[in-house]
Amino acid sequence: MNVLIFLIVFPLVISLLALVLPRGFHIRKTIGTVANVVLCALPIYLLVTNLDQGPSYFRLESGFVDILIFLLEVLIAGYLIYLSVRAKRYLPVILVLIQMSIMIGFEFTYGHSIQVEHVLFMDKFSIIMALIVGIIGSAICLYGFGYMPEYHEHYPEVKDRRNYFGFLMYLFLSAMFGIIFSNNLLWLFFFWEVTTLCSFLLIGYRDDKASQDSAFRALNMNLIGGVVFAFGIVYLFVTTQTMELDKLLLLDQGAVLLPAVCFAFAGLAKSAQFPFSSWLTGAMVAPTPVSALLHSSTMVKAGVYLILRVSPVMDNTVAAQMLTLIGGVSFLVTALIAISQSNAKKVLAYSTISNLGLIVACAGVNTPAAVWSALLLIIFHAVAKSLLFLCVGIIEYKLGSRDIEDMDFLIMRLPKLTAVMMIGMAGMFLAPFGMIISKFVTLKAFVDGNPAMAIILAYGSAATIFFWTKWMGKIISIRHGEVEVVEHTVSTWEWITLGILAVATVAVCLAFPFISIHVIDPYIMELFNTAPVIDMFNVLVVFAIMFSLLIILPLGLLYYAFINKNYKRVGTYLGGGNVSNITFEGAMDATQPIQLKNYYLEKYFGEERLFYVGVFVSLTLIFIMFGVAAI
Amino acid sequence: MNTIHEIVLSWGVFERMLAFVLLAPLVGGLLAGIDRKVSARFQGRYGPPVLQPFYDAFKLFQKEKIIVNKFQDFNIVLFLMFTIFSGALFFAGADLLLTIFSLALAGTFFVLGGFCVGSPYSHLGAEREIIQQVAYEPMIILVAIGMYQVTGSFKVAVIAQYQLPLILYLPGVFAGFLYILTIKFRKSPFDLSMSHHAHQEIVRGLTTEFSGSTLALIEIAHWYENVLLLGMVYLFFGFNPWLAVFVALATYLFEIFIDMNYARFKWQLTFGSSWLFTAVAGVSNIIVLSLMR
Repeated sequence: MNVLIFLIVFPLVISLLALVLPRGFHIRKTIGTVANVVLCALPIYLLVTNLDQGPSYFRLESGFVDILIFLLEVLIAGYLIYLSVRAKRYLPVILVLIQMSIMIGFEFTYGHSIQVEHVLFMDKFSIIMALIVGIIGSAICLYGFGYMPEYHEHYPEVKDRRNYFGFLMYLFLSAMFGIIFSNNLLWLFFFWEVTTLCSFLLIGYRDDKASQDSAFRALNMNLIGGVVFAFGIVYLFVTTQTMELDKLLLLDQGAVLLPAVCFAFAGLAKSAQFPFSSWLTGAMVAPTPVSALLHSSTMVKAGVYLILRVSPVMDNTVAAQMLTLIGGVSFLVTALIAISQSNAKKVLAYSTISNLGLIVACAGVNTPAAVWSALLLIIFHAVAKSLLFLCVGIIEYKLGSRDIEDMDFLIMRLPKLTAVMMIGMAGMFLAPFGMIISKFVTLKAFVDGNPAMAIILAYGSAATIFFWTKWMGKIISIRHGEVEVVEHTVSTWEWITLGILAVATVAVCLAFPFISIHVIDPYIMELFNTAPVIDMFNVLVVFAIMFSLLIILPLGLLYYAFINKNYKRVGTYLGGGNVSNITFEGAMDATQPIQLKNYYLEKYFGEERLFYVGVFVSLTLIFIMFGVAAI
Repeated sequence: MNTIHEIVLSWGVFERMLAFVLLAPLVGGLLAGIDRKVSARFQGRYGPPVLQPFYDAFKLFQKEKIIVNKFQDFNIVLFLMFTIFSGALFFAGADLLLTIFSLALAGTFFVLGGFCVGSPYSHLGAEREIIQQVAYEPMIILVAIGMYQVTGSFKVAVIAQYQLPLILYLPGVFAGFLYILTIKFRKSPFDLSMSHHAHQEIVRGLTTEFSGSTLALIEIAHWYENVLLLGMVYLFFGFNPWLAVFVALATYLFEIFIDMNYARFKWQLTFGSSWLFTAVAGVSNIIVLSLMR
């Protein structure tokens, strides 16, 4: 138990240190590095020591902490109201007031009668989440050390609040650990609101009009989720006198369906599913580490975490089917929209929503195979997506643009970075990497009970191939002649992080049988008393592909770069006389430059065309979900 | 024939893989030769000898290696390798979905080869190749789903030996598969990214910058892929091996016939019609099957 408490408190201490230690103080980075190592090591320690153990629950004399948490909640609410009023935005004020009146009213009416047996708990799922938050979260913080100084060089107009930034990042990690270890729903709710606050402040870091808009949009949507969450908690306690996550699962389905739907709704808002997707795409105004953190290891993963926790309660109900469909709609529509986007960060954002949609759909289906693949998706997505965000963050500085259309010949300008990025992209959609393995299992999980979802998956996968492949093609195209290499200015901090994540992307795929047998299967066994059997032959095949790629790719590249000399090199065919390698002699004696652009199929998959389809369909589904739960 | 069938059944995984690796290019090349002969007759020409594709390939291997960048050929080598691997998986009786994903990996390398050279024609070809991939991918996955719904397994070995006629359960899926097979065989009206018809274009889309032995490799990969695809047709009729082989060949001739009778579609029509046809024929079939159970 001490480890759990330490994991929650330690990042908090670090965040306070980040706030108070003066900038330029050389010890800051040392402390940060040590802290990150600790944050990586502890979840691994938890994993190793609990490898053969079931879930553990911890009692805690928490009277004092409960009061502290309540006071902090009021404080946060006050702070949010202050900020909103100052920015002349009143919707968040109303939402915060509703939420606080629910919570304060609850505290004073029922506060004395709340009996919580186990405040904290830990099972295999929490450990997986802790590993993701610990390792990826701290890797992103490490990247921040190199990134933030450059950020302020690039944007001199942005007020330098680096201390405050570090404070928020570590606070975020602390809250995430709180979410995944809390069994007391009031604690869970508190940490939930802290992540809302952190994301709001981080998105608004630049403090200009665009980032204020995005920040408040994120705040509004997550507050709506928070209000419903609070309502769910109160309803649950009033009807069943339960305030614990594990006890919730043991109760009669009819009694707890409505609170479970409320929690799932909060999860949908946090994981940016339709109709809440716009906050995540808006969040890209923030500095890159923030986007990476929101998309991979925190925030959105907290959303699907909660949904997966409560989905067993909804098993085999119409509400669960609605949840599945909301996930399915989010998956398909955002994958299609991603085709039409040329802004790299936006493509990544839509791809995140899409993958989370798949996880939500798996949670709704709630069979052993579906939950199994949901956990795999969480792991694989976290690693590859954080890697891609961090790469795009660097490219944005080096090229001065985050538009995919400006990434021609990237492999010549930033060769190592492009290699890393290719690993990340392959990790997102190609066999034998993680995401496609998970999709493969997901498809099998859907086919039996839910063919509609299998069909959605078939179309969505095709769309996924589209936007990744054309982006990949863009960055590996090669031009004749010399191009300036701009890579040498990337800082060591950033390289270390990228290295860790690139290796992790490959390593989680190689370790996936181990992860499955020792970590995921036990969790599924606890939940369903049966675990999906992996076909060992398929695993072997996947490994064969993986190993052959790992061996052939480097060897092949070396061979073609240095050994193979038996060729004649010519210019590309340009349909006329080549003037130089990128210009040719066109009609009327004019010299024409060549330009290569990708297809975006705006007419078919344009954002404004599809986004509202997703919003309205999912809104309808949400109303049905609440309707059937309330009856 | 039945004895051949039994011999194949008695083989182990690696023997079957090896058989595919060795025999598929012969069958595929021969089919390509028949294709050219039949096409020529349709057009009132005499046509080249049936073995012409092999002569072409041998000749291509003797050509000088001309490239525009050092790494372009590597993509094609990977494309060929993974195409062979996918086919070997299929004929070894492995998981159908895994075969499909592995084939998609191979296809991605091909597309990357087209992008990598940085020439406008091959860039356009590569873009169109992706559109083609996206057009056929849902239907191919639906084929696997439909077969699973009927036989209860994704294993090719199990599906091939299923005793009831799959085609009776999956007529819509088969129709949808035939539709996208035209894309996979690179036949008109869907031969957007590159065409086999020399008279239609001088600059051949994705393969514009590939010549000599690399072009031969592309051709050979295409042969392997065709055999794999005809193998998938076989599965629909697996209850009767004779009939299955006959239908597979008939399908090939049917695609040639289509090829002769259509002018090329625009990509919009190719893409839209494929997804729509997949939805109408394939999806409805899948839904009916799920309701039947």
